[in-house]
Amino acid sequence: MTAPLIIFFVLAALAVGGALSLIFQKHPIHSALSLIVVMVALAGLYLLLGAEFVAAVQIIVYGGAIMVLFVFVIMLLNAGIEEHTNFSKLAGFPGLLLAFALTGFIAATIARSTDTVQAASQPGNMASTRDLSTMIFKDFVYPFELTSFLILVAVLGAIVLAQREKA
Amino acid sequence: MNAFLYANAWLIITVVKVALLLFIVLTVNAYLTWFERKVVAHIQSRWGPHRVGPHGLLQPMADGLKFLFKEDPTPAGVDRFVYFLAPLLALALALTSIAIIPFGPDPLPWKILGQTIYLGILPPNVNIGILALFAITALGVYGVALAGWSSNSKYPLLGGLRSSAQMISYELALTLSVVGVLLIAGSFNLTEIINDQTSRYGILGWNIFPQFLGFICFFIAAVAETNRVPFDLPEAESELVAGFHTEYASFKFAMFFIAEYTSMITVSCLCAILFFGGWLSPFPATWTWTYYLPTVLLLPAGLWVIWDGLRYETIFGKVILPGIGAVMCILAIALVIFPGVNNFIQAPFWLLSKIFVFLFVYVWMRGTLPRLRYDQLMAFGWKMLLPVSIANVVVTSFAILRWGAIK
Repeated sequence: MTAPLIIFFVLAALAVGGALSLIFQKHPIHSALSLIVVMVALAGLYLLLGAEFVAAVQIIVYGGAIMVLFVFVIMLLNAGIEEHTNFSKLAGFPGLLLAFALTGFIAATIARSTDTVQAASQPGNMASTRDLSTMIFKDFVYPFELTSFLILVAVLGAIVLAQREKA
Repeated sequence: MNAFLYANAWLIITVVKVALLLFIVLTVNAYLTWFERKVVAHIQSRWGPHRVGPHGLLQPMADGLKFLFKEDPTPAGVDRFVYFLAPLLALALALTSIAIIPFGPDPLPWKILGQTIYLGILPPNVNIGILALFAITALGVYGVALAGWSSNSKYPLLGGLRSSAQMISYELALTLSVVGVLLIAGSFNLTEIINDQTSRYGILGWNIFPQFLGFICFFIAAVAETNRVPFDLPEAESELVAGFHTEYASFKFAMFFIAEYTSMITVSCLCAILFFGGWLSPFPATWTWTYYLPTVLLLPAGLWVIWDGLRYETIFGKVILPGIGAVMCILAIALVIFPGVNNFIQAPFWLLSKIFVFLFVYVWMRGTLPRLRYDQLMAFGWKMLLPVSIANVVVTSFAILRWGAIK
């Protein structure tokens, strides 16, 4: 086993373990912490793929800004331990089945397109930030601007909903 | 044995470097507390620590021992895992951020185990230097926020809440204020950012001139990120007892303390590197006589330490202080005798001097500025700092588009 492969498995285990812990933890703060572990492990995987810029942005935006907001809200509301409702067997069985189906579907897709997946992962071959920005701001500028417009609409909607009525 | 050493040379050297840097940073931290207490005391017309050793120089060691031997009670009802994780997280992230700083341009003149040794832990060709630093600072808030939450107490919870709100608000301005520098340098690499500021006229090439607004925004936001006066609302002792670390005692408290001082050092490094030319000398390269500046500063300082030490009655004063002074004098003379060594230390000398100036500014601010009110803090961050740093990015981009990069 080479060093990158070992690091990959460690990070992958961290990500999966964090995701499982996110679901099974009782307390919201513990769940949020698990999610941070997932984010940081994913950033490590990006770094392993040579996407250093994406890795740094992953930590800054998701690990830093967004998760801090999550933790802030949980602390502000002082949310306690979750109360579980009775687990519905009717909802559980098809849910489990569907989850397995989805996993199988994704795995099959990846297995069939081995070439493209391997083409993406070449350790040591760093994707430059310049190429990334050319792609976002030149080749895909309309989808990109459309997405930011969508987010702007969402922000406006949130402000309108949160605004207090002027009595 | 020898083959093993050579095969793993990179790993071994990195571990040694990390250990050395940790030792230096922790020692500097300890004496930074002494420096801060002394300077704040003099600002307030007091003497500051002066009982333990001459000029209170042994005070940091006394403090360290006290932190180690104090009782360390865990309050009832804390979330144990998070309560223990928080100080660890704060300290680990603060210390990690120092690893990204380069301390000099040239490798050591000789190779060790066949490896070129650079000053600094990361090799100089890492392209995401500044981004990696921001990533680490972005995670740094969890130490404070989680400490406040897990303590199961009202004041720490308020401190943690304030801290996370403050960090989210100032993180944006912090990142945006650096964009101007990145546009000018065209790189995320800290070494390249410094080299880009090289100019025939020394100081005139530094980023502080085209990016003055950026520097002001950066420094204010960085002080807010490190939770220092006047932005120390998370621990505001007049309102929240001690804020987020109220329930922490003994060495767990010391870990928060060390983390705070380490982030001060990191921010000072960043200010020096991004805006003040890093290790570049402020004088034009043709003024070779400025190379003797370290000697000129070191020799009188050494003589003064000898003279000062001999006045004391204690062993520490009579023996150790003159010893330190003698070493300083010998170093100063050695720098004159060996021009190679003198040339090599120029870069670290300037970088360390600049870092020291910023550390002094930190302490100076603590001694003179009052704390902001919470709503003032938020209004300032969102309505003043953020628009100004965005304007700075826009103006810089247009200037570079119109006239091209400055150099």
